[in-house]
Amino acid sequence: MDRRDLLKTMGAAAGAALVSGGLKAEQGEAATAQSLGTAEPVAILVDTTKCIGCRTCEWACAEAHREAGVEFPEDADFSVVRTTSDKQWTVVNRYETEKGIVYAKKQCMHCLQPACATACLTRAMRKTPEGPVTWTEDRCMGCRFCMVSCPFDMPKFEYHSAVPRIQKCVMCSERLAEGKQPACVENCPAGALTFGPRSALLEQARQRIYAEPDTYVHQVYGEDEVGGTGWLYLASVPFQQLGFRTDLGTTPFPTYTREFLYAVPVVLTVVPPLLLALSRASRARAAAQAEEHEEEGNP
Amino acid sequence: MTAVSQSRRALVGAELRRFGKFMLHELKPKGRVLTPFNVISGAIMLVAAVLLAIRFARGLGAITNLSQDYPWGFWIGFDVITGVAFAGGAYVLTFMVYILGQEKYHPIVRVTVLNGFLAYVFYAGALLLDLGRPWRVINPIIGNSFGVSSVLFLVAWHFMLYMMAEFVEFSPAVAEWLGWRRVRRFLAGLTLGAVIFGITLSLLHQSGLGALYLMARDKVHPLWYSEFIPILFLVSSIFAGLSMVIFEGTITHKVFRHRVGAALHASHDDIVVGLARIAAGAMFVYLFLQLLVFVHGQRWVYLGTGLGAWYLLEMVGLVALPAALFIQGYRGRDLRVIRTAAVLTLLGIVLNRLNVSVIGFKWYAPVRYVPSWMEIEVTLAVIAAELWVFRWVVNRMPVLGTAVGLVRDQPSREARAGVLAA
Repeated sequence: MDRRDLLKTMGAAAGAALVSGGLKAEQGEAATAQSLGTAEPVAILVDTTKCIGCRTCEWACAEAHREAGVEFPEDADFSVVRTTSDKQWTVVNRYETEKGIVYAKKQCMHCLQPACATACLTRAMRKTPEGPVTWTEDRCMGCRFCMVSCPFDMPKFEYHSAVPRIQKCVMCSERLAEGKQPACVENCPAGALTFGPRSALLEQARQRIYAEPDTYVHQVYGEDEVGGTGWLYLASVPFQQLGFRTDLGTTPFPTYTREFLYAVPVVLTVVPPLLLALSRASRARAAAQAEEHEEEGNP
Repeated sequence: MTAVSQSRRALVGAELRRFGKFMLHELKPKGRVLTPFNVISGAIMLVAAVLLAIRFARGLGAITNLSQDYPWGFWIGFDVITGVAFAGGAYVLTFMVYILGQEKYHPIVRVTVLNGFLAYVFYAGALLLDLGRPWRVINPIIGNSFGVSSVLFLVAWHFMLYMMAEFVEFSPAVAEWLGWRRVRRFLAGLTLGAVIFGITLSLLHQSGLGALYLMARDKVHPLWYSEFIPILFLVSSIFAGLSMVIFEGTITHKVFRHRVGAALHASHDDIVVGLARIAAGAMFVYLFLQLLVFVHGQRWVYLGTGLGAWYLLEMVGLVALPAALFIQGYRGRDLRVIRTAAVLTLLGIVLNRLNVSVIGFKWYAPVRYVPSWMEIEVTLAVIAAELWVFRWVVNRMPVLGTAVGLVRDQPSREARAGVLAA
């Protein structure tokens, strides 16, 4: 009878351990794709010194993703700093800086190890080995944990739809599959956007800094931020002047929950037997006490 | 041969008819229908039904103030995150009774487990209202889309498994109500396994709710964010749960006086005093942890701000003060002081969970989130619905100790004997 009890507990623990297992495999996925060097992820380099604020990228994005619900606002106003929305995957903003007016395009950063994909419990949000972070409608249950977790606040939610979707830049993953470039890159008239393998773009970015050390601040935003992103930025002024968060650190965001998740299988396998042992011990004590009482003629 | 099977069939038929009659009888409300409580809570639920129809037809934005900056609002912050902390009493009490063998607390185990079970069903159930695409909620359960790297995946699975564990823990009461002796024996034999599994799950998902915010580290105000959120959530769920047990017990004792059994009636005051002492202990551990986090995070620089005062109110006014009151109430066996302490503690937990999830979340945002009256209305309706079900169960099943149907001789002993015999 002891064995049956034990088996029950162990069975429960093993079942739960299965549930929590496999997290290693998932978390490693994004990292291995590049570290193996088999599929170099693609990236986009934004040179904000070349951006003229024409918003052609916004228009091209809307053209390419009209069916997904992206729109081009004709009457956008540069006097307010806009954010991406459930109807706009990318926005160009104008910033007054120490070096005059600078324009900067914003969209999903396509992190190398994205918080949103780690947060997603249905794998609707996913880091593809090619580079883009994509969203699959069939899987998403609309919990919005990706929005809570994203350090750049990029996933947006359709609050006014009965069948809401998560909206964000997907780096034109469907166009990439056809061998094309992202719509914004292809249509940029100023040459501010460059598409290519991430490592090549990083070298190009450094080359530009070395060639014109007085034009650029000596930093590529996205090289190390949150463990590296798929969008890289060059600028003539410190990045906080362009509305970038510079306090995010260089640790990949999945790291912050890793320790907790690693503790899960340990707790699930170690705690139940301990509890069982504790319960046995206290029961034995209670039985001994009851016996004593009986001997005293005190049932 | 045929005669035997015919008579057997007749017997089964008669038994089924009897069962049907019993269920029909039990489904009917007992007592007056048009009481003030029923009228008010019924109206609240009707309004919520209309609001929810609008919500499902036109999206979350139609009745909530959620925004791109605030993806989680009152429904998550209060219903789910606070509600689950309040339901922590079940795992704490089952630990004390079944693992530590503190039989003194046995008379309140059933009502606490029932409360915990219903809290999970309704407050975790309220999560469905908040999901944008609730028809996909089974995705993390069925294959092909296991997001195992997600803390929310863990929380979702644990909610589901824990609900089952709590139902198993409560199920002997259902069997007694139905008069199913042998089923009851079997179910009672499962209790210890369910308790052990349930406690383990609780440790993980109570802390898991805090771990949800680990990746929101740059969004939660530094007075409330720390790497220790999971542990702080876990430790605070202990005294949150116990305070809820004290608070609920006070009300339940008044409202369901006729259902309270002799055993519970005799020991109720002793139980409350004992719980107060344990809650105070957990609160001092919590305060010490908070102090460590405060020093470690160099939080004193924020104390001069408005949110600093808010933080002090939470820590001093709604943790340290009720902890002291619990001790005073325990020493002087003063139930009134203990109840006051329990209410203050519960307020402190509401504040803490909302500070992490709503008030201190994106404290820098230009447009702050404030819940709409409709979000609060729906929350009230969820609570009202839970109370209706709770009342229905307490008035029929042996929850507070009154024997019905099956004759019960000390469920505790019998349950334990069942476990030993299994």
